[in-house]
Amino acid sequence: MSENEKYLLKVEHLKQYFPVRRGFKTIPLKAVDDISFSVKPGETLGLVGESGCGKTTVGRTLLRLYQPTAGRIVFDGDVLFDSGEQYDENGKVVLGADGKPVIGNKVDVNMLPYRKQMQMVFQDPYSSLNPRMTVEDIIGEPLDVHKLYRSRDERREKILGLMELVGLNAEHAMRYAHEFSGGQRQRIGIARALAVNPKFIVCDEPVSALDVSIQAQVVNMFEELQEKLGVAYLFIAHDLLVVHHISDRIAVMYLGKMMELADADELNENPIHPYTLSLLSAVPIPDPETARKSKRIVLEGDVPSPLNMPTGCPFRTRCRYATEQCAKEMPQLTDRGNGHFVACFNK
Amino acid sequence: MQGNGNEELKKKQFLSAQVDLSKFNSAQFEAATDEEKKQQDVMGESTTFFKDGMRRLRKNPLAMASIIILLLIIVTIIVAPHIVPYKYYEIISVDGVRDKSASNLAPFTYSKLETQYMKKTGEKLFPHILGTDSLSRDYFIRVIYGTRVSLSVGIVASVMVLMIGLLYGSIAGYFGGRIDLIMMRIVDIIYSLPDMLIIILLSVVLNQTLAPFIAGTVLESLGTNMISIFIVFGLLYWVSMARLIRGQILTIKNNEYVLAARCIGTKNGRILRRHILPNCLSVIIITTALQVPSAIFTESYLSFLGLGVSAPLTSLGSLANDARAGMQSYPHRLIVPAVTICLIVLALNLLGDGLRDAFDSKLN
Repeated sequence: MSENEKYLLKVEHLKQYFPVRRGFKTIPLKAVDDISFSVKPGETLGLVGESGCGKTTVGRTLLRLYQPTAGRIVFDGDVLFDSGEQYDENGKVVLGADGKPVIGNKVDVNMLPYRKQMQMVFQDPYSSLNPRMTVEDIIGEPLDVHKLYRSRDERREKILGLMELVGLNAEHAMRYAHEFSGGQRQRIGIARALAVNPKFIVCDEPVSALDVSIQAQVVNMFEELQEKLGVAYLFIAHDLLVVHHISDRIAVMYLGKMMELADADELNENPIHPYTLSLLSAVPIPDPETARKSKRIVLEGDVPSPLNMPTGCPFRTRCRYATEQCAKEMPQLTDRGNGHFVACFNK
Repeated sequence: MQGNGNEELKKKQFLSAQVDLSKFNSAQFEAATDEEKKQQDVMGESTTFFKDGMRRLRKNPLAMASIIILLLIIVTIIVAPHIVPYKYYEIISVDGVRDKSASNLAPFTYSKLETQYMKKTGEKLFPHILGTDSLSRDYFIRVIYGTRVSLSVGIVASVMVLMIGLLYGSIAGYFGGRIDLIMMRIVDIIYSLPDMLIIILLSVVLNQTLAPFIAGTVLESLGTNMISIFIVFGLLYWVSMARLIRGQILTIKNNEYVLAARCIGTKNGRILRRHILPNCLSVIIITTALQVPSAIFTESYLSFLGLGVSAPLTSLGSLANDARAGMQSYPHRLIVPAVTICLIVLALNLLGDGLRDAFDSKLN
């Protein structure tokens, strides 16, 4: 990723801490801790990691549903948020003479115009649709908010067009969400996201609540829509097979930090980070013969609490390559060639 | 698969769960046509929230009986004053002469003067259905007016409680954080005041201060007592409503559809109106319905204590209070208003329960 390359979304050193009360003290829960990545126009970036590693928080912070603690978000050439910290080439915060970080220009824009360009598809198709609204009103709400029509007829026409685009029957427009199956509900959610004709959609585990046969349909629909509309996705999931199928590049997260980032095939064939290795070895193999031969890397211990993170690399407590250096500092993402980035000292 | 419904299918091996299908050929299996597939996606008739709730309410016999009783009461209190020729403040008089013998009559009896008058003219006077009170006023019409007052106090008070509680509760619940903290502590303070004491104090104070303000307006006919009852309700009884709505909103605003609306760029007011309030509508309907009887109760005991409506206007509570003195001799004068209060309160409570069952079910 050179600086000259065109990108749609660029995230630098994004941090999202949530204050958690423990007795009288308030301590930060580091849900997302210093993450950088970019998404090119029309590309799908997969984001994987286990439950609670901050995948969803990344998506929501990008869309500014949460106020970021620090970092910089650039979308389509416009800075949406900048907390002003400066970073040197090694990814360290530039400190001033007084030992405090140098704060540059702070930016915090009004998101309303950008909501038309960045949208989100939610995980749970059951709770993400208002049970008191008809499908027409659910899909029509973004059109109402951004005033994207001139007459009632045009509104209806647009809604029916969107429903057709995601494979829903026009006659279902007056029905309520609870009258649909999970797959159909997710289609309604996708139509709602597409209503404003966005350039970028955060897909927050859009298929994990669906059963496998429906998953395939919905994932294929995401791909078709991308071909038709040229929209870029940040596809969050914990199912590596699904992510590998849909993504151009995949990022692996562990406890709020980025561990590895590479092209989908490259990551699958040539994983470097020990965490990615163990994740890939946990993917179920359909053929029992092959499955018996393959060796599963079982991680020991539990995921540390994000309230009490280990020093340095968060994975070192469960990593068999861990050395003293890992406890001292967090390795930076470094390029291992071919746009394959890994944050590890030892591999 | 055709024709094999009753035949037992052979197993591949003795202990195997697999069925031996070798005797079937592919011709016996045919793909379902599109039409046959369509039969599988059966969908219920699309219903709205209200239609659905009303359908379930109609199936509840207790709630329906309550609605009928309430309707009967409402029709009676609207129609009766037009039929009965007496006024609630009118002292019975015959031929323009005040009838001193007409006090404390038993139901369906006439006084001496009235009987003489009827004999003389042959004209039939309208009967005193429930007799008369100690001031020679027709008791039936007084009960009708008492019911009017009690019901309207109940309804107006619960609407006031609803409006204040809804506004306050939704602001506190939706914005949360420090705003919520401060607003809810104010609620706690109001909640911790002994309400009976406050009601009595406020009624006394408001009675005096309100009088000059409402003189000459429509409100004057209502009387300061009545208005101060409304204000007391408005000031005190909204707190439980506000708490309830805040609690509802706290749970509803964590749903993903609220997040989705924020992601779309929907403004706070619209999120509250379109997404949050419709989803706590069931709780709002039910609590309002249950608020009416409690307001009627409060008005009744305020009237019973002599703090209610001012004479000659009456309410069910003050009728009962007046009847206390002659309880032994004229028990019907106590029983009738008491039973009416009971009927109204019971019917409203049962209706509230029915509404809760119909609208609050998470089954739909």
